[in-house]
Amino acid sequence: MTGTAELSGWGCYPKVATRLCAPRGEVALRDALAANGAVIARGNGRAYGDSAVSPGTTLDMRRFNRMLSFDESTGVLVAESGVLLGDVIAAFLPRGWFPHVTPGTKFVSLGGAVAADVHGKNHHKEGSFGRYVEWIELMGPDGDVIRCSPRDNAELFAWTLGGMGLTGVIVRAAIRLRRVESGWIRQSTLAADGLDAALAIFEETQDATYSVAWIDCLAHGPSLGRSLVMLGEHARLDDLDQRQRASPFETPRRAARKVPLDFPGWALNGFSVSLFNDLYYSRGKARAREAMARESLTDWDSYFYPLDGLLEWNRIYGKRGFTQFQCVLPLSASRDGLRALLETISAEGQASFLAVLKRMGTQDSAMSFPMEGYTLALDFPVSRPALALQERLDAIVIDHGGRFYLAKDARMTRETLAASDPRAARLAAMREVQGLARTFRSAQSERLGL
Amino acid sequence: MTSTDRPPVLILGARSDIGLACAHAFAAAGHPIMLAARGVSSLEADRADIALRHGVIVTCHEYDALAPDSAAFLDSLPALPGVAVIAVGLMGEQAENERDAGRAALVMRSNFEGPALIMGELAVRFAARGHGTLVGISSVAGERGRATNYVYGAAKAGFTAFLSGLRNRLAKRGVHVVTVLPGFVATRMTEGLDLPAKLTAQPDEVARAIVRAVEAGRDVVYVRPVWRLIMAVIRAIPEGIFKKLSL
Repeated sequence: MTGTAELSGWGCYPKVATRLCAPRGEVALRDALAANGAVIARGNGRAYGDSAVSPGTTLDMRRFNRMLSFDESTGVLVAESGVLLGDVIAAFLPRGWFPHVTPGTKFVSLGGAVAADVHGKNHHKEGSFGRYVEWIELMGPDGDVIRCSPRDNAELFAWTLGGMGLTGVIVRAAIRLRRVESGWIRQSTLAADGLDAALAIFEETQDATYSVAWIDCLAHGPSLGRSLVMLGEHARLDDLDQRQRASPFETPRRAARKVPLDFPGWALNGFSVSLFNDLYYSRGKARAREAMARESLTDWDSYFYPLDGLLEWNRIYGKRGFTQFQCVLPLSASRDGLRALLETISAEGQASFLAVLKRMGTQDSAMSFPMEGYTLALDFPVSRPALALQERLDAIVIDHGGRFYLAKDARMTRETLAASDPRAARLAAMREVQGLARTFRSAQSERLGL
Repeated sequence: MTSTDRPPVLILGARSDIGLACAHAFAAAGHPIMLAARGVSSLEADRADIALRHGVIVTCHEYDALAPDSAAFLDSLPALPGVAVIAVGLMGEQAENERDAGRAALVMRSNFEGPALIMGELAVRFAARGHGTLVGISSVAGERGRATNYVYGAAKAGFTAFLSGLRNRLAKRGVHVVTVLPGFVATRMTEGLDLPAKLTAQPDEVARAIVRAVEAGRDVVYVRPVWRLIMAVIRAIPEGIFKKLSL
């Protein structure tokens, strides 16, 4: 099936005119590669910007949605690349398995998770998604499918993790799941009244499996960087009450709600966000105080995927869409860099509904986003002042030796990428040498000169 | 894999989008699944997928709806299913069906003869056992012949009538017959056709409606209720007017 469409990523910005093709299998995929000049594979469209939209043909991979085998002794699942992480959880959590690494949405495809080498709340301790990928099968520009792993075609494997689909079309992957005793998470929240306190909490809680902070980007002065740090552990059977223990994988099902229509642009102005942040922080702090050491049990769905409960939440930013700014700063420059970023953001009073701070662990990859240090992610509605602000933030990140997450990027310049990430030029050169550059092209790769 | 007390469901024409969706929907409800299709080995990935997702036993069986001996096929199954869904069908091109008698015959046989004969054979066995459910996927195209697809429509009309008669015959013998009239469905069969979105169902929507119909013992199911109204209007148009319309 082929048609033309205006397509964008999760942020609804930018919108790109593309041909859409949804192959039904490997033969059809090969035909689509042979027939078209520039292609890029697209999973479930959760990358925020233009990573999974091609100026030529966008390959909708959602029909590659079958699970092929599972080994109970090793926890290795083989599945086609269009299978969603949520499908994996639905099938395997009842049997005591959970993904090792999950991003903030379960609606991501396995192919997308590999291509962006996504990370989760456990990155500081357990690394990114790619660490649990046994192998992938990749279709090259000639239509041949080759298996890549840390042993076979290791270089191609390494570039494909975080390579944003620019090394070929991922058709299958083998991923290792982890054993869990329940579908519950033991959660605790710690309040930090400023940036230094937040960083101190992260450094002291390195042993926690999951940690992430909600950060108030509008607070300034002594409250700059005030945060709620949320820690989590998979609950063991012993952590559950008798009723939960009887069926440890049955957690209350959340009714998904849909955002009914695009919100008008004024719905998220600086004032409403600052009000929300004040309320959220005070409530969280009060709870943290009364329950400082006490943990609470949260179901996996609410813990890992709070926003998935609100389907199409991206539409609250209105028709013009939004961008997400996500950078990571090296550990040594994190404190200064974060302070500079937060001061710039709060001085501007630019609204960001969702801002997330997280400690990242070491990562030694060809192209993956994480590095040891701190990552900050925040949303901006698309507007001229917000785009200008993000360019100022770009400069601060570059000054502090940080880099940017391609799965979120929708607007960076190629100069910014080159200045922040010397690996980008190596990826571009590798693509040229291997004959991939002509075939695998996204709107993002064109913009960034990858 | 867990064993269940849910009866096995036989999907005839399992390569079709609606057939596969039915397999998933019945497996999700805990039924073991038998996938039957021509060239069934190509369904291995789907077999594995259904088994892994739903934790039920899924088997594959070679089946040709146009092969004369449906009794032998049923004898080859590991067990007599509790529910059989027939999702075999072929739309063809109306213009081609008008020109080429061979093509027209293939459409008639694929939508009527093959499905009806295996339903009849299953009916005998279900009746002897005293229970079972037969699901026939027919079409609103069989409600009235139209210039644009009357060969397909006529075959479906025959199948609908067959199902109605079968239901009437078996009603007192513990065997239930469900006639499904899906309306437009976004499948491989309709790919490339410009279908109105509000009238077009997804295969899994059809499949869920079928599972509900089997559980509730319903007789005739329109997947989207609006089709009942549309077809009532189309049937009510006097022939003198109808013949001049282009529908």
